[in-house]
Amino acid sequence: MNSTVVFKGLRGLALIAVGLFFLFPILWVVLMSFMTNADILRSPPSPFFAPTLDNYRGLISGNLDSGTGALTTDYMHNLFNSFVLSAASVIISLLLGVPAAYAFARFKFRLGEDMAFTLLSFKFAPPILVLLPLQLYFQDIGLYDTYFGLIWVYQLITMPLILWIVRGYFEDISPDIEAAFRLDGHSWVKSFLKIAVPLAGPGIAAAGLLAFIFAWNNFVFALILGSSSVQPVTVGALAFITASGIQYGVIAAALVLSVLPTLALALYAQKYLVEGLSLGAVKG
Amino acid sequence: MSHLALNRVSKKFGARKILDDISFEMKRGETLVVFGPSGVGKTTLLRAISGIMDPDEGDVLLNGRSVMDKGPETRGVAMAFQNFALYPHMTATENIASPLRSRGVSESEIQSKVKEVAKLLRIDHVLSHLPRQLSNGQKQRTSLARSLVHNPEVLLLDDPLRNVDAKVRYEMRLELPRLFKRFQTTVIYVTQDYKEAMALGDRCGVLLDGRFQQLDTPAQVYRHPKDTRVANLFGDPPINLVPTRPSKMPDGSLHTNLAGHEMAMPDARHEWAGRDCLIGLRPEHIALHATPQPGAMQVELEAVTPFSVRNVMLLRAPDGTEILASTPEDHPLHNARGQQRVWASIDMKRALVFDRQTGASLLAA
Repeated sequence: MNSTVVFKGLRGLALIAVGLFFLFPILWVVLMSFMTNADILRSPPSPFFAPTLDNYRGLISGNLDSGTGALTTDYMHNLFNSFVLSAASVIISLLLGVPAAYAFARFKFRLGEDMAFTLLSFKFAPPILVLLPLQLYFQDIGLYDTYFGLIWVYQLITMPLILWIVRGYFEDISPDIEAAFRLDGHSWVKSFLKIAVPLAGPGIAAAGLLAFIFAWNNFVFALILGSSSVQPVTVGALAFITASGIQYGVIAAALVLSVLPTLALALYAQKYLVEGLSLGAVKG
Repeated sequence: MSHLALNRVSKKFGARKILDDISFEMKRGETLVVFGPSGVGKTTLLRAISGIMDPDEGDVLLNGRSVMDKGPETRGVAMAFQNFALYPHMTATENIASPLRSRGVSESEIQSKVKEVAKLLRIDHVLSHLPRQLSNGQKQRTSLARSLVHNPEVLLLDDPLRNVDAKVRYEMRLELPRLFKRFQTTVIYVTQDYKEAMALGDRCGVLLDGRFQQLDTPAQVYRHPKDTRVANLFGDPPINLVPTRPSKMPDGSLHTNLAGHEMAMPDARHEWAGRDCLIGLRPEHIALHATPQPGAMQVELEAVTPFSVRNVMLLRAPDGTEILASTPEDHPLHNARGQQRVWASIDMKRALVFDRQTGASLLAA
């Protein structure tokens, strides 16, 4: 009896320690986003300061007062770019990847496994490997610095993820259920849309969400294949490392703004995410 | 003209021949039970007929016309699956309505037809439930309702009573023949349970090694199995197969030493003399007595186990051979315990005789 109370207490402490360990950086960034650069750079650091909204105000208005001179920024446009790039990439990957995943799960065809593995292998290769040649080609065929070009390259990130997670889900659905639906007189297209897709729904949602987060966090593709007009927040935040110093407060505020959408999405779909990942894993 | 016919259908999985040159014909409204142990290709046969899977060779004909060029959705064949295969995200109503929806039936007619078939199968009180909220018996009835609701020409039932409890199985065995009759459907019913084959089949095909080892009325399969494998599978408790070699007596009759007991073989054929045979004795053809009887074999009663209304008795013959017998409920030995001496009268007139080498029945020839 006593030992279980002690055990429970220890477990609580351990959980708090782990929680602090993971949440502390986020907490610190949030605090920093309300500090002036002077507060941030004070030594020793103090959690007590006069909070300011200047960082956010500057980011949203696009006019930063860095102390040594005015700096204009287009961070809100970067945020918009992040949305466009991530959402469009995920939508295209879902439209192409879900039917492909279904094909890989249901039908045995020549080179099927090789194709699936090739798609997965895109995740192994370091992006740098393909980026330089890609950059040259993109400039030649006019895809450099376009949404379309970036969304195309983002498929390297989102497509394998969606393909492999959703494939596991389709494999978990008994083929008899689809066979029964077809015997009821429905075409195979209908059995895909009305049976397979709804039943794999949680997996598709989880895969889409993960792919969105991966796309959102991408840095290097956009850095090299686009200019500021199409670059997402990850690259946009670089602008705050200026010649006159690093704008820590602004960077923190930019981080908070950029994390909010994915955080909200992840919290909302947490259930699907965990469920989706574990099911995909079990299937292996 | 036959309603449904299979013409030389074969299917291989890798090097294994699952269906080996299968042909048969069925009349409209007939029920054929396909019986066999698991893994002999019963389900594969249904898949080939329904169009879910294409056979490597052969033809499936419906009303005399080949349906090989038609997909499962246009063949007019309905199927109920062993695992029910209900749509987990749809209510029982929507599950049952599915075949009607694909045929563009009006909403009001769908509702009335679903209610009608649900009432018939006594699931009208759970129509709004999702499959996971249904008991196995209700799932099975829902799946059956879905396959019957549009009056299919041919109904394929893949061991539908496999995953339900004994009580539901018993109920459905009584109910199904009535349903088949009402819907006037040609039915192929797959099972591993010989009692279902006896209860439901106009004819019964025993599928072994991808072929129909025997295709006949269930009673005929039971009484005159074509070989020892069919005899072994068809019947529970299983048939006793006792090795013996009949010999000719001076008066011309045949005698045999059956498990250490000398007995006459009435109706025996002369060519059996000196041949290595197996005598097949159904457990119910062995009568037990607590006291010596003329001609009865003295045996040890080893164990007694209840089996429905009959009891199954494990006997040990004088030479050590183990023999199963079954006794009716009102038998004096019904409540007997094991480990005692009893006497067994064997009805040799009903004994079956097989060749020991090939297992083929010697009675048919």
